[in-house]
Amino acid sequence: MPKKNVHEHGTQVMEEILDGYNDKTKKDRKKKLEVVSADTEKCGIVANRKIRPGVMSMRGCAYAGAKGVVFGPIKDMIHISHGPVGCGQYSWSARRNFANGTGGVDNFVNMQITSDFQEKDIVFGGDKKLTNMIEEANTLFPLNKGVSVLSECPIGLIGDDIEAVARQSSKAIEKPVIPCRCEGFRGVSQSLGHHIANDSLRDWVYEKDLHGAPIEDSPYNIALIGDYNIGGDAWSSRLILEDMGLNVVAQSTGDATMSEIANTSKAKVILIHCYRSMNYISRYLEEKHGIPWVEFNFFGPTQIVKSMRKIADMFDDKIKEKTEKIIKEKYEPAFKMIVEKFKPRMEGKSCMLFVGGLRPRHTIPAFRDLGVEVTISGYEFAHNDDYTRTLEYVENTTFIVDDMNEYEMEKLLDNFKPDLVGSGIKEKYSTQKSGIPFRQMHSWDYSGPYHGLDGFAVFARDMDMAVNGPVWKKLTPPWK
Amino acid sequence: MSIRQIAFYGKGGIGKSTTSQNTLAAMAELGKKIMIVGCDPKADSTRLILHSKAQSTIMEMAAEAGSVEDLELDDVLKSGYLDIRCVEAGGPEPGVGCAGRGVITAINFLEEEGAYEEELDFVSYDVLGDVVCGGFAMPIREGKAQEIYIVTSGEMMAMYAANNISKGILKYANSGGVRLAGLICNERQTDREDELISALASKLNTQMIHFVPRDNVVQHAELRRMTVVEYDPNCKQAIEYRTLAGKIIDNKMFTIPTPVSMQELEDLLMEFGIITEDDETIVGKAAHEA
Repeated sequence: MPKKNVHEHGTQVMEEILDGYNDKTKKDRKKKLEVVSADTEKCGIVANRKIRPGVMSMRGCAYAGAKGVVFGPIKDMIHISHGPVGCGQYSWSARRNFANGTGGVDNFVNMQITSDFQEKDIVFGGDKKLTNMIEEANTLFPLNKGVSVLSECPIGLIGDDIEAVARQSSKAIEKPVIPCRCEGFRGVSQSLGHHIANDSLRDWVYEKDLHGAPIEDSPYNIALIGDYNIGGDAWSSRLILEDMGLNVVAQSTGDATMSEIANTSKAKVILIHCYRSMNYISRYLEEKHGIPWVEFNFFGPTQIVKSMRKIADMFDDKIKEKTEKIIKEKYEPAFKMIVEKFKPRMEGKSCMLFVGGLRPRHTIPAFRDLGVEVTISGYEFAHNDDYTRTLEYVENTTFIVDDMNEYEMEKLLDNFKPDLVGSGIKEKYSTQKSGIPFRQMHSWDYSGPYHGLDGFAVFARDMDMAVNGPVWKKLTPPWK
Repeated sequence: MSIRQIAFYGKGGIGKSTTSQNTLAAMAELGKKIMIVGCDPKADSTRLILHSKAQSTIMEMAAEAGSVEDLELDDVLKSGYLDIRCVEAGGPEPGVGCAGRGVITAINFLEEEGAYEEELDFVSYDVLGDVVCGGFAMPIREGKAQEIYIVTSGEMMAMYAANNISKGILKYANSGGVRLAGLICNERQTDREDELISALASKLNTQMIHFVPRDNVVQHAELRRMTVVEYDPNCKQAIEYRTLAGKIIDNKMFTIPTPVSMQELEDLLMEFGIITEDDETIVGKAAHEA
């Protein structure tokens, strides 16, 4: 099939999508769609804005960002969903944050702990209930190393003083109690929840100079942050860093302990994987302790090797030499084997990626390593700087959408007919029903890890399994 | 005859609870069957009728019992002077929780439990100071109070409050059928008070239904947790409350209010000499600067 002028095609599709809107929505959505190429210098998308009413957005709320993303994975803390039961219940264990330890003893990640607000708590306030609850939880789970209090909407409405409770309870149980004002109605997406959670860590951990377990001082001490250990991602990333001769003193917040959270401020360098959700605390720690931070990307051979060198550059020759050595002797040959096995099966396929605020750009090169072109992409809750960062990764003409809705997604699938879609659970079944293979790129579809060397092997296998699954040959989509 | 649902609103401290309880006691004397629903977390809307410090409230008892569903109507309804039925919504102590939600919960409870199905002539709501949120507007929403009496005085802030409450009534007047039924002037002995409130009433498209003069006997009765009507039935003040009671029973003037702008309100105050000519030079100046 002769290739159409992709850019022109994309622009046409964009016009078609916009024509389906009323004037007000059209004006707004026009700022969220753009066709970019490798030579595009500036992405004009205006992101992190309120959703248009009447469309089905894929976004979450501030509570989702603070509890689900940032606090939830800290394993030895008790995370209280403070408010009515629903928010905690329906977000329970949704993110597959793996953590070592014994559930209910020193690992509470898989527990749903809520203050279960009733009418009387709304009317009379829930401060006393919260105080009692923290003490009870501390008695039930004596090995916990701290408590976080994650506000649901009603707490902000009735103005409960969770900070005062946190101060008192912290004294009573002699452990950190961190209040987090992440009421769901704040902000336009879960992104503000990340920021609020970062600020809570700043004010209640780092400003108070809490101490973690003693660590041996070394110039190679690093902290790995913004890795939530989905399906074991952080473990697999950590292997590479340790291979390079670095000493990971803190990992956050995936499989993290309270001690590691505190020790992040003792690291010599902070390595940040998810820029969107933890750049705030990185900037703060740089300002307060002068710790440099560096963004890296451990998805796929090209970026892993590039990131290993970028990280090694922060250290002395010993690390640099070791890194070059392992790249040559271990990583390149291993990656070569994986690519040789899967690339022939994937070459020439196209993919649409629509996830949170980081992964689309981080995984574009991993797909490219397998010969797959990402033609449509975008983020649920990215900010303007994320779109600027995305351009670094764009090599082919790509249709970019911010805060995509159901209607736009259907139009795009219909027009571009990608061979694979990577997005979330809400998008999975409608996509599969339209005859297109799908992988969940939030939770790795019950698989993982996808980070690092081990992760790339799993990633390549999973994507191959989806795209080349025999089931897709058994059905004829309407357009064929 | 169907139940007339009335409500007393007004600036905090203006004397809503005192005025309403005295008037309602006088209405009971005239043979009317009455239920008072206190919608103030302070729960002092029924103390003069019940001769008690403060009645246990719906929300308090619900919190004790577990939830409001665990309560029976008999637990919360008390009978007082001349068999006036009394209930208090209750709510949190100042500074915590959500008092507005307490009012909503309590009124829903009363409706569901059939408190309004008894033989009653009047249900009266006594609502805290200002309509600060949706909860305190509950009594004037659809199907609740139809007649609103605003207690006010010749003081500037009381009149501002009366105007603001009129705005709240206007909002629900079209959807819910609530009407402004009159201003009750509770005398503060300011200049030309009765004329001023009459003028305000006509600007708001209503009437000054009665001018209640100031009398220390109210204080004497309050100390005994009694209404004047019961404490000293023959005193001048008791007669005033009886007159007001009669006027409310016979009231036919229910209007959609026409709240005024701040400028109009200030013009009115100027007309009556409460504030002088628009003298911009005095604005924001402390006494020693003048």
